[in-house]
Amino acid sequence: MQTSVISFKARADAALADPTLKLAIDRTTGTAERKRAAALVDFPQFEAARERGKRIKDHVIEHLDHYLLEFERNAIASGAKVHWASSADEASRIVVDLCRQAKAKRVTRVKSMLGEEIGLPHALDAAGFERFETDLAEHIVQLAGDRPSHIVWPSMHRTREQVSVMFKKAHRVPHKDETIEAMVDSARRELRDKFLSADVSISGANFLIADTGATCTVTNEGNAELTTSPPRMHIVTAGIEKLVPSLPHAFALLRLLVRSATGADVTQYTTFHCGPKKTGDLDGPEEFHIVLVDNGRTKMLADTGLRDMLRCLRCGACMNHCVVFKQLGGHAYGGVYPGPMGAVLTPVFGGLKESRELSHACTLNGKCQEVCPVDIPLPTLMRGWRDRSWREGLEPSSMRFGMGIFTFVASRPWIYRLGATVAVRMMRLFGRGGWIRGMPGLGPWTAHRDFPVPSGRTFMARYASGEGRQK
Amino acid sequence: MSNTLVSSPPASPRVALFVTCLVDAMRPSVGFAALKLLQDAGCRVEVPMQQTCCGQPAFNSGDTKDTAVLARRFIEQFEPYDYVVAPSGSCAGMTRAHYPEALADDPRWAERARKLGARTFELMSFLVDVMHYKPAGVTFPATATYHDSCSGLRELGVFDQPRALLGEVGGLTMKPLEGNDVCCGFGGTFCVKYPAISNAVVSEKAAAIERTGAQVLLGGDMGCLMNMAGKLHRNGSPVLVYHAAEVLAGMADAPSISARSSDKG
Repeated sequence: MQTSVISFKARADAALADPTLKLAIDRTTGTAERKRAAALVDFPQFEAARERGKRIKDHVIEHLDHYLLEFERNAIASGAKVHWASSADEASRIVVDLCRQAKAKRVTRVKSMLGEEIGLPHALDAAGFERFETDLAEHIVQLAGDRPSHIVWPSMHRTREQVSVMFKKAHRVPHKDETIEAMVDSARRELRDKFLSADVSISGANFLIADTGATCTVTNEGNAELTTSPPRMHIVTAGIEKLVPSLPHAFALLRLLVRSATGADVTQYTTFHCGPKKTGDLDGPEEFHIVLVDNGRTKMLADTGLRDMLRCLRCGACMNHCVVFKQLGGHAYGGVYPGPMGAVLTPVFGGLKESRELSHACTLNGKCQEVCPVDIPLPTLMRGWRDRSWREGLEPSSMRFGMGIFTFVASRPWIYRLGATVAVRMMRLFGRGGWIRGMPGLGPWTAHRDFPVPSGRTFMARYASGEGRQK
Repeated sequence: MSNTLVSSPPASPRVALFVTCLVDAMRPSVGFAALKLLQDAGCRVEVPMQQTCCGQPAFNSGDTKDTAVLARRFIEQFEPYDYVVAPSGSCAGMTRAHYPEALADDPRWAERARKLGARTFELMSFLVDVMHYKPAGVTFPATATYHDSCSGLRELGVFDQPRALLGEVGGLTMKPLEGNDVCCGFGGTFCVKYPAISNAVVSEKAAAIERTGAQVLLGGDMGCLMNMAGKLHRNGSPVLVYHAAEVLAGMADAPSISARSSDKG
């Protein structure tokens, strides 16, 4: 996982200066918000389902050791090979080694955020495999040579107009009509033979089912089924927090996940993989591998300030409803996971020093928690990172100094009153017609909006001189 | 209490008004409106004179140690009263929802915080939920729209209460605001730490307010109101901005937050 070296502010400024990006973000998040809202109207049990979903995830997190071993046992019994990876690098190395063992030339991949998290696309390219992304949006990301900007719609940052230009340049038989259908057909023509000729397929998993050893993957394009069936080997990479005890639990969470992500009742395709091709099966891989990835998750488990984050279903609702994400898009966050959930996760993977700004670039308005299908207290977790950053001395010294002075003053009412009176007088000196358009110390505010002039003496001064008493 | 000034007769709850920093310095009329409303609702209102800031800026900056200093001060100041009321969901939410977090290292103080938090209210929710108050004889002939500030809405459940109170105001027509529950981009120190992002957010909010066609914007938190008023004014918008308490107390004859204000006071 790479964290950009450019500062968050520079990335944010670049995003704010890009009107096409804003158009693309508004189209995607606007639709997502509307569809989620409509789905909730049709699903009055949502709150109860949300409570149940939260309990399922908390239970599994509480007993992760038990369910991991149960899953491993049952997966092996189904004929799968199970691998354990403690870090991103180890996970990528295991996948690359498996591809080499299979003497693969061509590798197809189903969109998986965990794959991004462990740097798999880069690792496969570096190892010399011919990698094809089969998810339409990931295909766009691959053609453009950039990174996903959203966990559900990886190419959200591109408008359809931009994609059209890209397809016309890259596809062998590109679309003629400027319709979405024609563009999808163009991608289908381009990708179909890749699906069929790949040696290894790699997918993620939305759920790992402990009592059967099966993995569950949801898509809307059907690419997961087509990708994972023809090749000789299928590798699933999944975070260890994806476990559920049994199938009904997966369905309980699916109801929340899909509505929260796209507003649909259910995904177009919900696929379960359980071991390799068996005798009598018409198709399926000869070898089936599951790579279980920790990469910071057990550290989160041991940390009461981060454990709640392990409930995350990766639905993207928090970012679709985030006022900051909707202005910046995903790339500004610099990590694999953007938006509120990314602001909580990125410091786990990339270190707090490099990403401390992410938890600050949030108004703590609480909308993300409100829409989270498993009630993750994202604002509290972000504030937790701010607290750590403060304690570890990573916050700017000006801030530390300022807060010290502020607390000193606010602990001494007479100095505080004097300070308020002086501040009010100063502001009144700079005011013109009731407004301040600029004043030393108010620059960040007045760069964009006017500051109202205080109306006169402070409340406390007026009250002390007898105003406001009951007659 | 030697350091407080009793302002109404007994035989009713003893309520401490937490004025809040922004109302104290920027817009005292909101504080006087709150006083009047609480008195009208039958409370004995007192203003503890040693009060300062609730410590939210420190808490949201990650400075939990300094927050705890100010939280303990606040608890000592306000503990003797039946209720604590603030004309701000943000400051009331800090006390109610976050003091126990800020004082988590010290269980005795955390418990005192929880107990005080249970008696701490945002003004409009206190008037409706605790005092069952209805304003009478107040008129404000205008079309207005309402922005639900996030802390009050999500930490304290303030949504129906201001609407119920404003529904009693004669001549006032309320228009729905698209994205009424979407953050305005203020976010306390956020708006000065990330001014460009904050501006992008408040620009969309200002546009939504203008689209309602309302003459007046109302809300319950000075920070958000100043942010939206400042943007509307910079844009040359004629929309006037008031704290809902000013309208409810019949005290919205003062110049709007967003309009040219006089120099009286």
